[in-house]
Amino acid sequence: MKQNGKGRTLFEKVWNAHIVREQSDDAPAVLYIDLHLVHEVTSPQAFSMIRERGLKVRRPDQTIGTMDHSTPTTPRNELGIIPVADAMAAKQLDAFSKNCDDFGIPMYALGDEHQGIVHVIGPEKGLTQPGMTIVCGDSHTSTHGAFGALAFGIGTSEVGHVLATQTLLQNRPHTMAVNVEGRLGDGVTAKDIILAVIARIGIGGGTGHVFEYRGEAIRSLSMEGRMTVCNMSIEGGARAGMVAPDDTTFEYIQGRQHAPQGAEWDAAVARWRELPTDDGAAFDQEITLRADELIPMITYGTNPGMGMPIDAAVPAPEDERDINKKIALEKALTYMDLAPGQQLLGKAIDVVFIGSCTNSRISDLRQAAQFMQGRKVADSVRMMVVPGSQQVKKQAESEGLHEIFRAAGAEWREAGCSMCIAMNGDQLEPGQYAVSTSNRNFEGRQGKGGRTFLASPLTAAASAVAGSVTDPRSLLTGLN
Amino acid sequence: MENVSQIRGSIVAIPVNDIDTDQIIPARFLKVTDKEGLGKAAFCDWRYLEDGDTPNPEFVLNRPEYSSASGLIAGNNFGCGSSREHAPWALLGAGFKAVISTDFADIFRNNSLKNGLLPIIVDEETQQQLFSLAEEDPSTSVSVDVEAQTLTLPDGRAVSFPLDGFAKYCLLNGVDQLGYLLALDDDVRAYESANPQRVVTSA
Ligand code: SF4
Repeated sequence: MKQNGKGRTLFEKVWNAHIVREQSDDAPAVLYIDLHLVHEVTSPQAFSMIRERGLKVRRPDQTIGTMDHSTPTTPRNELGIIPVADAMAAKQLDAFSKNCDDFGIPMYALGDEHQGIVHVIGPEKGLTQPGMTIVCGDSHTSTHGAFGALAFGIGTSEVGHVLATQTLLQNRPHTMAVNVEGRLGDGVTAKDIILAVIARIGIGGGTGHVFEYRGEAIRSLSMEGRMTVCNMSIEGGARAGMVAPDDTTFEYIQGRQHAPQGAEWDAAVARWRELPTDDGAAFDQEITLRADELIPMITYGTNPGMGMPIDAAVPAPEDERDINKKIALEKALTYMDLAPGQQLLGKAIDVVFIGSCTNSRISDLRQAAQFMQGRKVADSVRMMVVPGSQQVKKQAESEGLHEIFRAAGAEWREAGCSMCIAMNGDQLEPGQYAVSTSNRNFEGRQGKGGRTFLASPLTAAASAVAGSVTDPRSLLTGLN
Repeated sequence: MENVSQIRGSIVAIPVNDIDTDQIIPARFLKVTDKEGLGKAAFCDWRYLEDGDTPNPEFVLNRPEYSSASGLIAGNNFGCGSSREHAPWALLGAGFKAVISTDFADIFRNNSLKNGLLPIIVDEETQQQLFSLAEEDPSTSVSVDVEAQTLTLPDGRAVSFPLDGFAKYCLLNGVDQLGYLLALDDDVRAYESANPQRVVTSA
């Protein structure tokens, strides 16, 4: 690891503070985990593993569960219950309840007022704090890095390791500074920053690295914007992305349920102020983007690295010199039924999905609702708005956002992952095109044969109104 | 986990870059609570026709000459996407013992090693050579020696691949890592007493 001896990065500080056993030639480091988030899909086999060995969950008081991936987002029945029609999903949710019960893990069940997407509820409840190590059996755990935590996704075997020991074997990753300088223009958002970063480095570009997002554009983002950016670090191949904590971070955390209080709060803030990367600390790699040169981004292909400015033309495979990349692009365009050189602007769409751990927080919904106010979803489009958590839903309803969406002709749903992963029946039909605020446009991700254009909530809302891929800046009049 | 030291078998090529975990096993198969029976779901949307059940004769894994392949040679950056360990479970269930690519997504690689599925990293030239070999002669077999960290091609050329020492030890001895961590209980206790608990989820 490159170091000039002059200082340490945010990542190094958090990493070093959690070492139970140093990395050696014989074994990876053993890291202590402060917070473990669990959900129904990637945990059952891990619970079975510890059960078979007669083990306990070491720290149920540092573990929290929520139901999100396979849960329906359809309306509650007259008893206030969200019915689960899919028998396999019901069985998985029951198993999860039982596992959390048996091992004493606090858990938010479907329909609970605090239930929601795991990466939305951690920050919302003040559980996500600077300087912590946070893991979850879910690759978008990188979201929590927005607070200056080291947070990353793990597999089910590792979920079992953390349940049983509160530790994890990890080889120390490399670091990459992702500098985003300058200011974003109107209609350009955090989502566009991260789509531009991934388009630049490719989906494998960050493999083996932890990103630290830096620069004026990152500093001026809200916490929710920073979460959107960190969320998609994994789409750039990095397991984690981090932002140095600052006053924006502290303001967001203060007063939340699990935030430190009183004298403890002051002590915590003093500790957190020590976390940012020291001047002169070295990163293994560095890239720089200009925020003021960015315009809204959209993906055209079948991985998140296949993205471009919304007014650009779909690239041509014959221009690609690398044979593997050429084949990949041809395959993607065939799946998407797009032609090289084609513009996406004006391309008719069938579905708009606003939701997912990338863009389902209150500020995302406010932004989309503000845009939809007084406008209508095009007749040919189905628009779904799925809040990230029950708390986000409640907040949105208290502000009347649901009325705006409904008046515009959009569906207002219960909280969950929904059409981001299409496990719960919310899915595209074969051949349909969607503009989606989620994070993955892989083949079939949003339903077998479905085709996804990833974009920001603003671009999604503008496209819903127009019935086709639309640059939100062209409709921005009236927005403040 | 059973120990893995030598693998010998034929290979099948899917020369596609960035094969993501949604292709390896689509999310609709993740509603299970165990690891069994996932082999049928491996590459499901490529492997079966519209009805989800009739094998697609065009897809290479359905060609009889590749039915016994135990190695998969893939395009660059294999296994990107989600953290689902169902991906290596499905590949193992479908009969694979090793996947060969120029690089792997981190989580997929970790997950595979924990289940005894070998992620073998080779250079692009070897990758192209393996693509051709697999296509020209489906019975071509290659062998892998975990101890020596080598992949031996039919022409006798041995290519070495990286493998971290700990993962190698676990593979060779069939050791699973939980046992190692459980033995560190004293160190974990020492850490916990020296560092205040950050959050209490049950509060
Ligand atoms: S919203 Fe999508 S990406 Fe986020 S946790 Fe749920 S399924 Fe995963």
